[in-house]
Amino acid sequence: MSLLFHSRTLLPGAFLTLLFTAAALISLVWVPYDTTVVDIANRMKPPSWLHPFGTDQFGRDILSMIMVGARTSIAVALVAVGIGMAVGVPLGLAAAARKGGLMDEIIMRANDLVFAFPSLLIAVMITAVFGASALNAIIAIGIFNIPVFARLTRGAALSLWNREYILAARVAGKGSARISLEHILPNVANLLIVQGTIQFSLGILAEAGLSYVGLGAQPPTASWGRMLADSQTMISLAPHLALFPGLAILLTVLGLNLLGDGLRDSLDPKLRRART
Amino acid sequence: MSLSEAGLLSIQDLSLSIHGLPILKNVSLDVAPGRILGVIGESGSGKSITAFSVLQLLPGGASCTGSITLSGKDILSLSEAEMCGLRGRDVGMVFQEPMTALNPLKTIGAQVAETILIHERVSKAEAMARAADALHRAELPQERFPLSRYPHELSGGQRQRVVIAMAIALRPKLLIADEPTTALDVTTQAQILDLLKRLVAEDGMGLMLISHDLAVVADLADDLVIMRQGEVVESGPAKVLFGNLQHPYSRALLEASAHVPERCQEVLELPLLQVRDVVRDYTGHTHGWWGKTTQFRAVDGVSFEIRKGESLGLVGESGCGKSTLTRAILGLEEVQGGEILFDGLPVFTHHHANQIVRRRMQVVFQDPYGSFNPRWKVERLVTEPFHLLANPPKGAERDRAIAEALESVGLSAADANKYIHEFSGGQRQRIAIARALIIKPDLIILDEAVSALDVSVRAQVLDLLADLADRFGLTYLFISHDLSVVRSITDRVLVMKSGKIVEEGPTNTVFDRPNHPYTQQLVAAAPVLPAGIA
Repeated sequence: MSLLFHSRTLLPGAFLTLLFTAAALISLVWVPYDTTVVDIANRMKPPSWLHPFGTDQFGRDILSMIMVGARTSIAVALVAVGIGMAVGVPLGLAAAARKGGLMDEIIMRANDLVFAFPSLLIAVMITAVFGASALNAIIAIGIFNIPVFARLTRGAALSLWNREYILAARVAGKGSARISLEHILPNVANLLIVQGTIQFSLGILAEAGLSYVGLGAQPPTASWGRMLADSQTMISLAPHLALFPGLAILLTVLGLNLLGDGLRDSLDPKLRRART
Repeated sequence: MSLSEAGLLSIQDLSLSIHGLPILKNVSLDVAPGRILGVIGESGSGKSITAFSVLQLLPGGASCTGSITLSGKDILSLSEAEMCGLRGRDVGMVFQEPMTALNPLKTIGAQVAETILIHERVSKAEAMARAADALHRAELPQERFPLSRYPHELSGGQRQRVVIAMAIALRPKLLIADEPTTALDVTTQAQILDLLKRLVAEDGMGLMLISHDLAVVADLADDLVIMRQGEVVESGPAKVLFGNLQHPYSRALLEASAHVPERCQEVLELPLLQVRDVVRDYTGHTHGWWGKTTQFRAVDGVSFEIRKGESLGLVGESGCGKSTLTRAILGLEEVQGGEILFDGLPVFTHHHANQIVRRRMQVVFQDPYGSFNPRWKVERLVTEPFHLLANPPKGAERDRAIAEALESVGLSAADANKYIHEFSGGQRQRIAIARALIIKPDLIILDEAVSALDVSVRAQVLDLLADLADRFGLTYLFISHDLSVVRSITDRVLVMKSGKIVEEGPTNTVFDRPNHPYTQQLVAAAPVLPAGIA
């Protein structure tokens, strides 16, 4: 365990990630103010003791909005990474098991096809066709996580397929599906965890981007991207309206990237050996 | 040898520790110009780190005491910049693995010239001319191996010659060769050793030849140093030393490398495995999906038989088709022609491996580090072949089977709950044997199973194999490039070359009176310990 803390980026990354996860979880049971109630008398108040981050143009508490927004961002990004892993990893394992075969070609060329499109543009298209909602944003972001995980899994699995313990498993009569599950998957898991945190941060950015252009979560659901979009016309009047959701996005993405870097350093036995 | 006489390299009382952990203890040795010093030891004996300390290429946290003197200069007091001037110019180094010691993106000429350009202010053209000369001296003449070749266009032995050319390009006073032939085939090994010997004589440089193989060093070295656990246990001129080994460890090492396990097993006349006219082709797509395909015949009409209780050796160099044949016998890959019968049953039926046959064969691989899933415990690793059984034992019966398998290879039942990284190389190979034994097979294929082990561990594993064969009536197919090992444990031997069996017969007959020119070449190239000392 102590090896986990050798990395300098792991702790700050884990701290920031936990902070925003905690904010999202707390918002499920308690928020300082209800974010669906409009309080015109208190609109656009600067930060104060009552409202630490101030209030927006409808008098809603920005701290509460950020907490609820964290929930949206994390839920969208998490489910999108989940889709990417759930579909991409089995595809990658299957492609590696049939290296050079027809299945490998089909899977990898389909991957190339998805990779060839700018991801945010397709997300815009999907939400434009199927309507703007958090669910469609999840699906759009999730689809673009699939080839990332499929490629990564295939590459790592290919090198493992040449190991003698895989040969030993084949001598024991195990089929490729079973070998992939029992031998390959546990040995590529670290890589997947690290890539997962990085895709997670990209998912948060993508959700914020989609919400910013109005294609993500719809009102009254609070979302960081929407908060930024709503505040842009008032940025000269009340800069705190844009500042706090912007900081929230920045710090979450930074935290997740640091966490990913730190995990990679700690989980990669080669880097670990180089450091000790 | 006294200091004044030694002249070239003198290491006195060198002690080295890494992060406070002592690695070398009072190591002293001398290399004289024009002489070859053999440094022998098993893995972990500190032989490589001694060589690296001469170049001061040590891992972080290392600190040395004592003295290293290279032609009058005190190495330990030199700065890093001064060491850079010395490495490659005064001291050349040849590494073990020719596959990774060269940069795959640069031509061989550029790589040899690089050493020259770093140390001398010469034009690129002149450096290339001198590189050509160095390669020529390493027996890679320009006409056949132009400077524009890339490493992947050369064989392992040719690459090792490039590495040697890099090391001798500036005619260093001292050449350090760290296991220079361990990764090579016997015949290539003999050629590389001849080359090193010739270069030492021509240039009058000193050679420090590091090896775990007594026989390799015995042929070549003028002086010997035997190391164990960071200490020199015995040293002196080779001729004197071999005739009169004092230290019990040196004697044990010598015995281990000439070890012949006792075997008293009966060979039945019944054939267990019959291989008939087996052909295995590989199809290569060299020009994309729709381009021409190339055919490569890895196994070409091979036929042989293994009788019950017999131990059959299969000898050949890398790329001769040994591994392909093994895979075909194990039912991992289908053959294009011929048939393989196990106890009268085909290994392949309707394009699928025959499970009944598979249950009766197991395999032990070469690499004790790569043949286990690092995330599994020993009990799960050892019981993997249970997958072949229709009703694998469960609960207490399974525990009993695990304990029995581990105990039969000299480990304890409690080892079942450990992870594989807690074991040494020799222990891992025992676990690999336990994994093969657990379903009580009739035939065990040993694919270079002892090649990666130290001599003393190898002797123990060979004894274990002989003992297990007696106890369980096992039949072995022993695949190896090491003739001495094959000779010590097999009844009959097959010699394979380019996918064909070129010679076959009782082991002693084949090795004492080889008929086929290739077998003669192999036997002549195999390093042997000087007669009368083992």
